[in-house]
Amino acid sequence: MVRDGRMGGAVLRSLSRLAEGYAASACAGLPLGIAIARSRPARVAIRPLVLGLQALPSICWLPLAVLWFGLSEWAILFVVVMGSLLAVTISTEDAVSAIDPLVLRAAGTLGIKGPRFFGGVLVPAALPGIVTGLKLGWSFAWRALMAGELLFGAGGLGQLLANGRDLLDVPQVMGVMIAIVAIGSAVDQLLFHFAEVRIRRRWGLAEAT
Amino acid sequence: MPIPTRTFAEQANRQASRASASNKGGVLDRLKEVLVPRRLLVPRRAREGDAKIAVQRVGHRFGNEVVALDNVSIDVHPGEFVCLLGPSGCGKSTLLYALAGHISPSGGRITIDGQQVSGPSPERMLVFQEPALFPWLSVTQNLTFPLRARGLSRAEAAARAREFVRLVQLEGFEGALPHELSGGMRMRVSLARALAMDPQVLLMDEPFGALDAQTRDQMHRLLQRIWTRDQKTVVFVTHNVREALVLGDRVVVMASRPGRVIHDLEVRLPRPRDPDDEALVHLSRRIREEIGSAEGRGRTAPPAPPSDEERDVAESAPAAGSLPDRAPDPLGARL
Repeated sequence: MVRDGRMGGAVLRSLSRLAEGYAASACAGLPLGIAIARSRPARVAIRPLVLGLQALPSICWLPLAVLWFGLSEWAILFVVVMGSLLAVTISTEDAVSAIDPLVLRAAGTLGIKGPRFFGGVLVPAALPGIVTGLKLGWSFAWRALMAGELLFGAGGLGQLLANGRDLLDVPQVMGVMIAIVAIGSAVDQLLFHFAEVRIRRRWGLAEAT
Repeated sequence: MPIPTRTFAEQANRQASRASASNKGGVLDRLKEVLVPRRLLVPRRAREGDAKIAVQRVGHRFGNEVVALDNVSIDVHPGEFVCLLGPSGCGKSTLLYALAGHISPSGGRITIDGQQVSGPSPERMLVFQEPALFPWLSVTQNLTFPLRARGLSRAEAAARAREFVRLVQLEGFEGALPHELSGGMRMRVSLARALAMDPQVLLMDEPFGALDAQTRDQMHRLLQRIWTRDQKTVVFVTHNVREALVLGDRVVVMASRPGRVIHDLEVRLPRPRDPDDEALVHLSRRIREEIGSAEGRGRTAPPAPPSDEERDVAESAPAAGSLPDRAPDPLGARL
């Protein structure tokens, strides 16, 4: 399976889908989270919706996605986005709400306003929490993608797994499972763990070792 | 309840200038003391010219219950160093935050240069109890970031940051992150950041309260040096009497429940001032006793107006010089 290139192709396919979907949800989730934390109307209007929808397992979006987008890439991407967007939004909102009010007051008295305030104070101050949210969002996105591919059958690791079941090929099934775990924890450990530790150290939240 | 300020100041001076031989307190003695040239603490006299900061009959209530400020009026002139002194709960911080624009008082008017205060502005720089630095930025970046936000070019901001880092004697720590510095160093960065912004008014909320005594003395010397150089208008909140006397041109003594001004005194000690100077220590003891008795009166009988007898006791007991050195004093523990 690895040798005939099916595995490599499936991994690439899955990862490129994930990259698109995850990027979209990070780009949408961050501003959404900040908006909910900072503006009262947004909090009143969107927050209950976000919290409620989070209770919905992401794969439950698949039927709707198929009806809306047909049997296309868009349907799977939609599932991935819906799976991770809410996690990113909620963590960002938490992180922004938990910013030390003293930092915000200091920014106020120093006259820091507008885009400089958001980019230079709000986001950096919330960054440790935001990275944790992005990590959470990533693992949700990965799960949603696998579930989507498994049911939808549009290539990728998920479909390889389904094929293995149809062919009663236990080694293939287990091999794909191992690949899914390996990729998931590799990104988690290498990318996010590294970023998280560095940020926590710079922010003075963790002891430098 | 107002005590004639003049009398209190005279008594304080009497002790400070060790003229206590004549402490029987005859009318003639009092008259003499008014004329004694060495008066270190005098009731503040109204000054000519426009006030920089005008606080007019300001009142503030929290949740319509607690009266934090009751009918407070203070004028601050350009270049004055005013210390708001009082026990916790006397509304001094509330007043400062109102000056900064972080709180809008429920009554009265606050104007700066004739303009009503509405919201925070870098012209009225607030220095907090804690350093309030941006933890992800280095010392230099903490200074340059707000300067850049104010419209300075990269080079100007960098030059200015260097200048003020040098002023607070932090050369060699430009690249350090706040969590790598000691508490005193962080406070110096915070002070440098505020001064670098070149505000017209500096509002300081017990900025050295969390520092150890030695570091605090250092900061006092630093602040005196900077103030004599730049002559900024400063309003400095503290509950430490000696700190107020070391730093202030003027000490506004406040009492709590409700928060109000009980004395407005001019300090005429030469600068630079030494916290261990005998005259200063005497004055600080007198002010502490005064605050203690004002608090006591306020607590025991808040609604009733003071009888003449009560007032007499409060005024004449310390003057008789019979009080023990460690008079019961809620502030004494800090010193």
